[in-house]
Amino acid sequence: MIDNDKRPLRVLVTKIGLDGHDRGSRIVAAYLRDAGMEVIYTPPWQTIAGVVKLATEEDVDVIGVSSLATDHLIVPKMMDALRESGLNHVRVVIGGIVPDEEKGALLAAGVSRVFGPGAARDEIVDFVDALGRQSRDARIDEFSETNP
Amino acid sequence: MTHTAVQLPLPGFEQARGEWRSQYSRHMRDEKPIRNRSGIEIQPLYSPRDWSGDRYLEDLGFPGQFPLTRGIYPSMHRGRTWTQRQLIGLGTPEDYNKRVRRIIGAGATAISLLPCCSGFRGIDCDEVDPVLLGTCGTVINTTDHMDRALEEVPIGEISTAMNDPSPFTLLAFTLGVARRRGIDWRSVTGTSNQSDYISHFIANHQFYRLSLPGSRRVLLDHIEFCRRHVPNWNPVSVVGQHMQQAGATPAETMGFTLSTAIQYAEDCIERGMDIDDVLRRFTFFFDISISMFEEVAKFRAGRRIWARIARDRLGAKDPACWRFKFHGQTSGVDLTQQQPLNNIARVSIQAMAGILSGLQSLHTDAYDEAIACPSEETARVAVATQNILREEARLCDVIDPLGGSYYVERLTDQMEAEIEAVIAKIDAAGGMYKAAEAGLVQTMIGDSALAFQEQVDAGDRKIVGVNCYQVEEDPTVPPADRPDADAMNRHVERFRAFKRERSQEQVAKALDALARAANTPNENTFEKVVEAVEAGVTHGEVIGCLRRELGFGHPLIVA
Repeated sequence: MIDNDKRPLRVLVTKIGLDGHDRGSRIVAAYLRDAGMEVIYTPPWQTIAGVVKLATEEDVDVIGVSSLATDHLIVPKMMDALRESGLNHVRVVIGGIVPDEEKGALLAAGVSRVFGPGAARDEIVDFVDALGRQSRDARIDEFSETNP
Repeated sequence: MTHTAVQLPLPGFEQARGEWRSQYSRHMRDEKPIRNRSGIEIQPLYSPRDWSGDRYLEDLGFPGQFPLTRGIYPSMHRGRTWTQRQLIGLGTPEDYNKRVRRIIGAGATAISLLPCCSGFRGIDCDEVDPVLLGTCGTVINTTDHMDRALEEVPIGEISTAMNDPSPFTLLAFTLGVARRRGIDWRSVTGTSNQSDYISHFIANHQFYRLSLPGSRRVLLDHIEFCRRHVPNWNPVSVVGQHMQQAGATPAETMGFTLSTAIQYAEDCIERGMDIDDVLRRFTFFFDISISMFEEVAKFRAGRRIWARIARDRLGAKDPACWRFKFHGQTSGVDLTQQQPLNNIARVSIQAMAGILSGLQSLHTDAYDEAIACPSEETARVAVATQNILREEARLCDVIDPLGGSYYVERLTDQMEAEIEAVIAKIDAAGGMYKAAEAGLVQTMIGDSALAFQEQVDAGDRKIVGVNCYQVEEDPTVPPADRPDADAMNRHVERFRAFKRERSQEQVAKALDALARAANTPNENTFEKVVEAVEAGVTHGEVIGCLRRELGFGHPLIVA
């Protein structure tokens, strides 16, 4: 069996919904790439189904969703779709502008964290790194459960 | 162009300067070079050695005189103050109407219209997850919607700026409303903001809808139609704002924007349009960052370069065509979520830079712009900022008040050289259309954005509250002003009913005519768009048709 811990983390950086402002997602993608992660970067306006398909095909550990307008409102639907496709181990973070009162619903839907504007580079990189490790562990658990 | 100022016949000048220099150096032993955002090294002091005014007439002239560096009109803000043009758009057409009538009631002579992001994507409200509708702009998909949005708004008397990228359905709806109300199209005034498809392809993907060649064709049709039938409308607004917001430096931004204007002008000439007729209707739209002197130099240099390009390169003989008319928006990128009230100070400085540069219209950001769509209260502060700068600080009293400053003039010359180098690079790549298509501009912007962020991360570029002077605070994002869900659902239901009840035969005929025009070089697609929306064709259907015929637009994203 491959030693999962040695393979670089794979992170999908994307935007779903209607907004196209991508300066933030590009910079975060560069941060993660420079930290040694394998980044799969998409243009804005991905559909939920498209993100799930890509996450499956690219075998990602973490999905980072950038939301500057209101696209975070459909992230709970994306979480459902990930679960329905058996991607329970994939961790999701959101970066951008999310009103405080709308954060609870995202965390309740399974989002690991919401980063706001001005979040520091190291804070983002360290968090995603730890999250990716968690995802790897969860995947091993899922594998052992389905293949006893 | 940069040149060395002539030696001044000032007795003792060199000696005094030398003494100052050595005293300065004693105090400032380990000083690191300071550079502005465009990479120009900034000196501690400027004197007649840097700028002496010996080329005053060639490089500056008087306001309204070539090369228009000091201003495009003889009386500038003394004669006519800048237009206060705040962006508005939220919810249903009825929501928009309420807000816009309040603004007009408060004395506004110009309004703007920002449509819903679903509209930007080129789709109608019945094709979108309803939670996303109307959250960032107004949902307008038909002439009926526009009629309700503009109820009791005196189109024909008030100037309207619409965020209306190709194929310009919002203007088509407005012309339909004008016809219903018996208003002559010749009295319809305003601007097709966001008509600059190249900037969308490069930097603001938000508005990008049709393939690159398709967008090129549709813009030219739009310009031609407006010149013929809506003569007081500005069909072109060349947008530097997107590129600077995406990370281009101020000098790069001005260079790219002027190169884009050259591209559109040359396309018009190739189409056989009269350059003297077309160019007078070109307008520009820029970001104003907090790098105050750099922005002033950017705009003064831009004005001078454009006058020379318009006259000498594009061959426009009418002085009205040499005028670099621009709208400025204070930069949202400079604003912070941390200590949000600090943004009022930032916006004031940005606005001041724009006003001192002689802009024609201004949008000041609300201080919550970094984290929300402005509330009524924060929007009021933004407008008050403009009023204070005009009435209390009296920034309108003197034309080009920074002109003649050794620093500002020297920096204007240096920015001009930087901007001209960018234009030369784009020319060498075959013009802006080709440079964008090849990804050259996108790469340059991406590099500049990352370089800037690295300076911020390293603490070399300070942002108060972000990488210095932080306070213990729990940064909050206030509740968003979400549209009323029931009202939005009713809006969508009414739209569905409209689609069921309209004459399907007329709709099919109009869409056929549009598709045919798209495939016939000598026909005008915008004329068919105007006819189609009058027949009840919706925004999404117009764009769907043109996407089928001319190609779907994918922005080019270069990692």
